[in-house]
Amino acid sequence: MTERVRRLRERSLEATPTLSAERALIVTEFYKENLGKYPPPIMRALAFKELCERKAIYIGEDELIVGERGPGPKQVPTYPELCCHSLEDLEILDSREKTAYRVPEEVYEAYRREIIPFWRGRSLRDKIFDALPPKWHDCYEAGIFTEFMEQRAPGHTAGDGKLFHMGLLDFKEKIAASLARLDYERDPDAPRKRAELIAMDIAADALITYARRHAALARSLAERTPDPRRKRELLRIAEVCEWVPAHAPRDFWEALQAYWFYHLGVIMELNGWDAFNPGHLDQHLFPFYERDIREGRLTREGAKELLSCFWIKFNNQPAPPKVGVTAAESATYNDFVNINLGGLTPDGRDGSNEVSYLILEVADELHLLQPQLNVQVSRVTPDELLLAAARLIRKGYGYPSMFNADCVAEELLRQGKSIEDAREGGTSGCVETGAFGKEAYILSGYLNLPKILEITLNNGHDPRTGKIIGLETGDPRDFEGFEELFSAWERQLEHFVGIKIQGNAIVQGFYAEEMPAPFLSILIDDCIEKGKDYNAGGARYNTTYIQGVGIGTLTDSLSALKHHVFEWGTIPMGELLEALRADFRGREALRQVLLNRTPRYGNDDDRADELMQRAFVAFFRAVEGRPAPRGGTYHIDLLPTTVHIYFGQVTGATPDGRRAGTPLSEGISPVQGADRNGPTAVIRSAAKMDHAKTGGTLLNMKFSPMALEGEEGLRKFVALIRTYFRLGGHHVQFNVVSAEVLREAQERPEEHRGLLVRVAGYTDYFCDLSRELQEEIISRTEHELL
Amino acid sequence: MERGIVFAIKRGAIHDGSGIRTTVFLKGCPLNCLWCHNPEGKDPNPVLSTVRQRCIGCGACVAACLNGAVSMRDGYPETDRSRCTACGTCVAVCPTGARAILGKEYGVNELLFHIERDRVFFETSEGGVTFSGGEPLYQPDFLLSCLRACKAAGLHTALDTAGYAPKETVLQVAQYTDLFLFDLKDMDPERHRENCGVPLEPILENLRALDEAEAEVWIRIPLIPGVNCDEATIDAYIRFLSGLKRRHPVFLLPYHPVGEEKYRRLDLPYPLQGLEPPSGERVEEIRAAFSAAGFRVRVGG
Repeated sequence: MTERVRRLRERSLEATPTLSAERALIVTEFYKENLGKYPPPIMRALAFKELCERKAIYIGEDELIVGERGPGPKQVPTYPELCCHSLEDLEILDSREKTAYRVPEEVYEAYRREIIPFWRGRSLRDKIFDALPPKWHDCYEAGIFTEFMEQRAPGHTAGDGKLFHMGLLDFKEKIAASLARLDYERDPDAPRKRAELIAMDIAADALITYARRHAALARSLAERTPDPRRKRELLRIAEVCEWVPAHAPRDFWEALQAYWFYHLGVIMELNGWDAFNPGHLDQHLFPFYERDIREGRLTREGAKELLSCFWIKFNNQPAPPKVGVTAAESATYNDFVNINLGGLTPDGRDGSNEVSYLILEVADELHLLQPQLNVQVSRVTPDELLLAAARLIRKGYGYPSMFNADCVAEELLRQGKSIEDAREGGTSGCVETGAFGKEAYILSGYLNLPKILEITLNNGHDPRTGKIIGLETGDPRDFEGFEELFSAWERQLEHFVGIKIQGNAIVQGFYAEEMPAPFLSILIDDCIEKGKDYNAGGARYNTTYIQGVGIGTLTDSLSALKHHVFEWGTIPMGELLEALRADFRGREALRQVLLNRTPRYGNDDDRADELMQRAFVAFFRAVEGRPAPRGGTYHIDLLPTTVHIYFGQVTGATPDGRRAGTPLSEGISPVQGADRNGPTAVIRSAAKMDHAKTGGTLLNMKFSPMALEGEEGLRKFVALIRTYFRLGGHHVQFNVVSAEVLREAQERPEEHRGLLVRVAGYTDYFCDLSRELQEEIISRTEHELL
Repeated sequence: MERGIVFAIKRGAIHDGSGIRTTVFLKGCPLNCLWCHNPEGKDPNPVLSTVRQRCIGCGACVAACLNGAVSMRDGYPETDRSRCTACGTCVAVCPTGARAILGKEYGVNELLFHIERDRVFFETSEGGVTFSGGEPLYQPDFLLSCLRACKAAGLHTALDTAGYAPKETVLQVAQYTDLFLFDLKDMDPERHRENCGVPLEPILENLRALDEAEAEVWIRIPLIPGVNCDEATIDAYIRFLSGLKRRHPVFLLPYHPVGEEKYRRLDLPYPLQGLEPPSGERVEEIRAAFSAAGFRVRVGG
């Protein structure tokens, strides 16, 4: 790491996430003056232009890549047109223990005087909540599902290669051509398209202006700096910002800066989920890198320094502030930029190259929260790349996560993408599959699968809110067999999916009509060709996902019911229901039987895994293929971010022995502590799911650092990943078990029953060891983790 | 078909030979090493194990025991081992899995079914199956049938053995074994007999025979302070191993008192109470000595 990078990194780490009212004030002022004057796309484009022309320009000391979303690093704007925070919201943001945002007095003041008075009742969030029907609200409050777009815009997409070989002036030409093609006599939508295309054109100019303001500032700083070296750098920055993003980048530096301006454009325009994403960054950068090196303009170290400066820029942008359920479902500063390495080229060859390794080195040295990093592993990906990634994983950073590029392509093909679009696709956010640069793949909300079982066991009634929100599928004590129970759960599932889908149509309708994103629309094919906004179905492919959560908890609960109640007859239904109602108080032995003597998912035990498969198929059938807003289609995902904690809080005790209020299983991982046959059994169980029918699944595995010792350990680890992917798994990520995790296991052994540790000569369950031995292992782990 | 007694099948093993493996632990061992870390493998018959940390003191086992062997003492069910027949009645009623019978009879095909579940991992990692124990050669007929079946199924086979068995048995088994993890506990014949309960010479003889037969062998040496870590013993190891036709790789396994926990689960006294692991420096010196003598040597399994 160079000194410059060290300083930039320090500054990024030290900066406190702080709310800025800059954007909110500019947008509010603009809306006050112009409300009702223009159709929505033009209104949005002009507001964006206003921002690009008026917001403060920041060029920090030492920086080579420039531009900030707010007035400075980690100064986070708000988006009152979507979600107008109340003063209480601001206080919560300011004071909460986790993911707090400092709120300076002038922000409170701006909200009190300008922002709240204007946006209350006008912000999209207020309108959405007003428009959603009471049954939707009942389910939302019960914790059956969440709603992604109540505070944040759709987003959820990534860029493709065109961002690196086109400039905004080229995009403007395409816009002009599309405008010229409009047929006002035969196409009744032509006026709408015209407004949208003009909006895109305004937005393109706006970002060019924004970049040139950076060039101007760099020049004036250059004039004032006494340091000749910095002067040269600033002049170079000026030159770069004058050229990109107006024109296609000509070298490595310009390529990075061009992308960064696009990124800023997208995240200044709206607060879309998962920010934006450069997609296959290594593939996009490699031609620039190779040419610059060949022509002597760049060294490997120089490229690394530029990449590091670029990396730090992502870390300077904490997620936009979230409140309420949305804060609970995504409790992190991480804004989910997830850079793809390796994978396939559009013509099906290995996509990895020297830049892939450079990026791994940068991620290793910087060790930042953002951006996230993943490796797309195809059958053609060399082991060398996996080994390099595994060396990072071994350090316990939690990244890179590993994806099965062949499975991702299969998923996209199944959804109807062309093979080239599928290969240029990848995964963004957490694990979501998309055709980069060509698809709006919107996550609409999490669905609490175990909660639906709770409602089923209560004949449609939610014990927590006291409301009847489900169907009356009968008193479970009258069920004659497991099939009756399962089909009752299936009917409830369809019922709740139906309510969610009704809500989605309303929410996405608002975005399509009132909150277009003309800047983002420039970047995603075929919005320009269609003259249609990203939020209205302009993308080539349109998907809405519903994300299932808690399939581990659900499976084990179904297994407990099937085996103990119906097949073995060892626990009467009435007794089980009473125990659940009492949250197992006074019923510890029964709870232990459920925990320890039930066939459970994650052990390669077909008795449990077949129930997982049945539940998966039911969820798939309830959602898959239904027509979605924007002319798109519904598909499923299985990932949780942090919602398994929130969903756990609103879900009572479950038949798998889980206590009320405790977390649900996470992603498609087994219930915490349920897997007792080691990692190969977990992988075999998880691979029994038909991953290719999803748009992403998330498997989290824990590893003791001792298991990854030496080059030999690393190779076995790589083989484990390869095997999961051979079996058709979509994604796996690894948490190397830290001393902290071991301490947690001491406190809550039941959630960590499957945690294996190796000391000398044999492996054992950590929780089964004596306290002294546990202490010994903790101290060794502290020592061994880097 | 032969049947044998197995006390554990461990999947995803990464320290028992090449690649990712499934390790099958066969019960019974002719040796009686002081430092044994698998004491549940010594007895050829099934044995009851109790994990104190899991027990919730519900007393179901006390009520269930047919022999009156279990009684509550200070909220924990103590088992009178002299009356326990390892019948498993208490295990069936234990809600937490704190009680378990270690040792279950398997037929060869049944065992193969379990092993084959991880075949795809073996194929990807160049792994396979490892038979360990106890001492797997203690059930020679069953072991041989298992190895034959595994080879017929195209699996890579490894044997984790202390090498104490008739030479014919060892050579016969070698025909179906791709890799021997050969434990060499000590080089001093008297001390070996004293600490391990059997003579050393047949073990060395078997190792020579395997070497002659060009078997793939990894030597595993437990480093027990006060027993075999002194310079003279290490020299003896190096001299003996250097005298073989091939330089087999050496794995040093420093003693660790982790086994103590397992003795507690069987209500057995721990024979090495208070013994400290060898110092890191001493382990490194030993490693260096082997390395200097031209051995590929690694610390750890």
